[in-house]
This record gives sequence, structure tokens and C-alpha cells, in this order.
Amino acid sequence: MAKITLDNLAHSYLPNPASEDDYALKELNHDWVDGEAYALLGASGCGKSTLLNIISGLLQPSQGRILFDGQDVTHAPTAERNIAQVFQFPVVYDTMTVRDNLAFPLRNRGAKADYIAQRVNSIAQMIGMEAELDRKARGLTADAKQKISLGRGMVREDVNALLFDEPLTVIDPHMKWELRTQLKALHHQFGHTMIYVTHDQTEALTFADKVVVMHGGRVVQIGTPQELFERPEHTFVGYFIGSPGMNLLPARIDGTKAYVDGNEIALGRAYGGVQGNVQIGIRPEFARLSDEGLPVKVRRVEDVGRHKIVRAEFMGQALNIIAEEGEDIGADKTCVVFDPAHVNVYADDWRVNGEAA
Amino acid sequence: MEKTVNQKAWFLVLPVLLLVAFSAVIPLMTVVNYSVQDSFGNNQFFWWGIGWFEELLHSDRMWSALWRQLAFSAIILAIEVPLGVFVALNMPKKGFWASFCLVLMSLPLLIPWNVVGTIWQIFGRVDIGLLGYTLAALGIDYNYTQDAVDAWITVIVMDVWHWTSLVALLGYAGLQSIPDAYYQAAKIDQASRWKVFRYIELPKMMGVLMIAILLRFMDSFMIYTEPFVVTGGGPGNATTFLSIDLVKMALGQFDLGPAAAFSLMYFLVILLISWVFYTVMTNLEKREG
Repeated sequence: MAKITLDNLAHSYLPNPASEDDYALKELNHDWVDGEAYALLGASGCGKSTLLNIISGLLQPSQGRILFDGQDVTHAPTAERNIAQVFQFPVVYDTMTVRDNLAFPLRNRGAKADYIAQRVNSIAQMIGMEAELDRKARGLTADAKQKISLGRGMVREDVNALLFDEPLTVIDPHMKWELRTQLKALHHQFGHTMIYVTHDQTEALTFADKVVVMHGGRVVQIGTPQELFERPEHTFVGYFIGSPGMNLLPARIDGTKAYVDGNEIALGRAYGGVQGNVQIGIRPEFARLSDEGLPVKVRRVEDVGRHKIVRAEFMGQALNIIAEEGEDIGADKTCVVFDPAHVNVYADDWRVNGEAA
Repeated sequence: MEKTVNQKAWFLVLPVLLLVAFSAVIPLMTVVNYSVQDSFGNNQFFWWGIGWFEELLHSDRMWSALWRQLAFSAIILAIEVPLGVFVALNMPKKGFWASFCLVLMSLPLLIPWNVVGTIWQIFGRVDIGLLGYTLAALGIDYNYTQDAVDAWITVIVMDVWHWTSLVALLGYAGLQSIPDAYYQAAKIDQASRWKVFRYIELPKMMGVLMIAILLRFMDSFMIYTEPFVVTGGGPGNATTFLSIDLVKMALGQFDLGPAAAFSLMYFLVILLISWVFYTVMTNLEKREG
């Protein structure tokens, strides 16, 4: 187990990157605290897998350093880093039995036979494959194969970190939940540093202590699920996390007031001169239909069970509002009210931190 | 539910039956016909039963040709399969050099058999051939027209030169189907190069390699043109393989009866060995699975 430090790290797949756009992973400084569970969240192609492969040593970064507990491993081969990684699609050794598959990483490192047997049995129990231990891996379902891959990643106890690259993509939903719970339990039990790449926000938010959100090769925010929800640092975090995502409205800011098409919206904090492309972001959870406030036109109401999503039109723009399950949406509800404490201000997509009003 | 019985459907098979009859069954039957008769020319034939078969089974000529043939196939398979796999493993995976190697590898496959024979016939000549001349200049006593071992080496090297590409190309195709994640996982599992080959590359290549082995076996077992052009079956009978012997018998000596019996037995032997190969290899696959 180790603290992983990324120092000035960046990577481009081109031999001579000219501009910042050529970088698949833009400059990044970050410490992955020993023993924490992280989720790397972002849309496809945002650089998550690039970052993961650099940490595991499958890829050499074009600049910067990686340190494990202060020791530079930037150019160390994967084997020396003592890392376990599980890939998106199952990787099993077809001609081996399930038992041999699970024992493979230990055998390659010259572990003792009784230790291997004991580890393999406990891992098999965890992934629920004790009965299939002596079967050939070939011919198993994708689920089962991916469970073996997960098992192979976890069989070593002394790894510096466990990396998961969208490991549950091919697993069916019920098993997904179960495996994720087991991963979390494993994390509590052994305290490995875990980095879990996913594009599924539910997966990220339920698995991780800290979520790292990436967008266009850049880390846009690192925070707890609650921070990501309440104070998205970047508009991308706002609309990527949450369902539906944050409402973004172009606005003009003046002190503690924002103006959208001349309509005044109160802000929780005071802002000085905000320059650039200014928007306000309000999560649907912090907007409320009312009979007084700013006028909206309700287009559609979706009942998703625990609450209702109101699709409305506000000053010619789409606006999502969350209404309580039992709330009656009558003909008089033609206005919207925003919670001033949860209206965020963005300039050129980045959040502006106001002063206490 | 009651099934309607309509035997007229059999007529639908008729075109295929006719086609196969004319393309294979009837020609084969003429061979069967010759194999049970004898002729003194003049297009007069008389019944000879299984006489030719009995005679051939006791003929040293046929047995030694068969052993030579089996030895030849065994040797070239033992060289071409591992060598082909080795080449496939070392070919570049992508980029300009990958295409370059592919084209280079396919070149020998595109050369007609008799041209390959001619190339090596001249290449190996001591007086004007680059290989023969060089070997002689180095003081090595090499002459494929007089020395049986030299003739064998020449014919085998020629076959390896001609056909290893096929094994390599098929193996390469098998390798290309392995996703990168397998190699990455192997690195993380700290697998040695040998284990990567044994547990990742070889299993993925097995299917195509099986086809390569079958093809190479059948082709080499029927080889005619190349050794015929290079050595003419000599020196003596040293490189007289089954098909060379057969042609000698059928066209050289015009012994239609024995040649026909020979053909049939030749055919059955190939069929038998191919079947054994196929069964053994599919069983191996099943056991693995």
C-alpha cells in the first residue's frame, strides 16, 4: 500500500504535441492518499483510461513524474510497481482452470503453495465461484470470466494499489450491485488504495470516498459525492452528475443578484465583477414550483417514483425542477423559486467563489 | 400435428448429385475400373480382380515411396510449424513494417510450383547456382544430383522456403485477434514471456494452426512438381515420393492397372491420415474446453 503522487503529469499520444489540444491528459498534480477509494468519473474519451494506464505503468507519460511513497517509478515497469488492475473486458487464461487463473499472479511471484491455496479459496468464496474452481475457464459466461478477472486482481494482499477500468460493464445489474458491495467491503477490510474508473455516476458515487471528475483530458473536480453535488466546480460536473443534471442559465451578475432576461434571482453570496461567459447553475433539487416567484411554463411531468421531474420552460430555456412525490402540480403552479444558497455562479464554465453576503 | 410426407423433395438434391457424379464419382469409378483389370494394349482389357492391390501391398517400391513420403511430411511439418509460429510472433504488429512483412511473406506463396522448382534447381547447381557455387567455394561437398542426403536437404529447404509463410500468416492472423488487455493483464500478473506464449498466444492460435497443419500435411503428402523439377526423384529413387512414383508408373510405364490401384490406395491413405489428424486435434480442443 502506498501514497501515489502525480507530479506535473501530462500525456500526449502524438510524438511532438504542439498545443494543449494535443494532450490526451493535461497537466495534473495530485496525491492519491494511501488507503482511500477513488472513482475516476468522466465521459468516454476524457482521459480516464490514459491516466489509469500511466499509473499502472502500461503507458509512459510524455512529461512529469509518478511517485509511490515518494519513490520515483515513472519509468519503472509494471511488474515493479506491484499493482493490480482489472480491465473493462474479462481477461482470463482460457486453457487454465479457474483455480489456476486465480493462483497465476501468486505463482508468478513465487509464493508458497499453502499460502496460494488459502488465498485462492478465500477469493473464490468472495466471488462466489468455489464450485467452479476446477473447471476450465473457457466456456464460462462473460460474468463469470469477469469475476475471475476481479479475483485475480485481488488475490495479492500486498499490492500498492488496485486499479479498476470500468470492470462491471459486462456484468448483469444484480451481480453488479453485489460485486460493488464486495469491493467496498474489501476496501474496508484491507484498506487498499483503490482507483475505480467509470462513466456511471451511480457507480462512482456509491463506491468512492472521493470522486475525481475528468473532462476533456483535465481533472475538473476532486471531491466527496456531496461536494460534487452541492458545489460543482465546473459546469461539466454540474450536468454530468445528477439526474437530471444542473440547470445552467446565462445571466448577468450584480453583487448579490443575478439577472436572467431582466428577472432578478437572489444569490446566497456577493460577487464582484464577474467577467466572461457568465452562467448561473441551479440543481433541479433546489428549484421549487410555486404560485409566486418567476414565471415558468410547465411542459411535462415525469414521475420517476421517489419524486417527479418537471420539465419546464423558463425565459425560453429548458429548466428541470424536482417536485416531491406527493406534491400536487396544479394549474396555479406557474412560478419557480430558487434556493439562493444553492445558486452557483460560473464564469467561462468555472465556478466563481463569492464572498459571504 | 401430423407431418406431411412428400418424397418429391428428393428431386431437389438431384442437381447436386449429378454435378458430384460427373465431377468426382464417375472419374473415380473409371480409376476403380482400371484397377481391377489388366491390358496388353490395343484397348483390350481383361479381369484381374484385386490382383494389383495384392501385388502393390507386397511391393518394396510402393512401401519405400510411402515411407519416404511420410518422412518428408513429418520433417517439413516439424520445421514449418514451429518456424512459422516463431516468425508470426516476431512480425511487427502494426504500421508500415507490418504491411511490408505481410507482402514479403506472401511472395513465395504466389510463385507457381514449377517456378519454385526451377529457382532451386538452378540455385543449388554447383557450376552456376549461387548456393551450390558458394558451398563448393567454402569447401563443402554439396551436390544434390549425386548425393541422396544433399537432395533431401535441398527439397526440404525448398519446401520450407515456399510454405513456412503460410503457417506464419495464419498464425499472425490468430495473434492479431488477441486484445491488448491480455498482454497488459499478463504484465500485471508478472507472467514470463514463455507463459504469455503458453497461456495467451498459443491457445488463441490453436484454431488456425490446426488448419495450417492439415493444409500443410495434405499438400506435402501430395507434393509432385517441385521435387520433380529439382531432382526428378533422384538420385536413384532417393526423392521419389508417392506422386512421382505414381506418375512414373502411369505415364512412364503406362501400367494403367497398377497405377489405378496405387491411386486408390494413395487416396485412402491421405483420407485416413487427415481424418486421424482432424479427430485428434478436435478432441484436444474439446478436452481443453
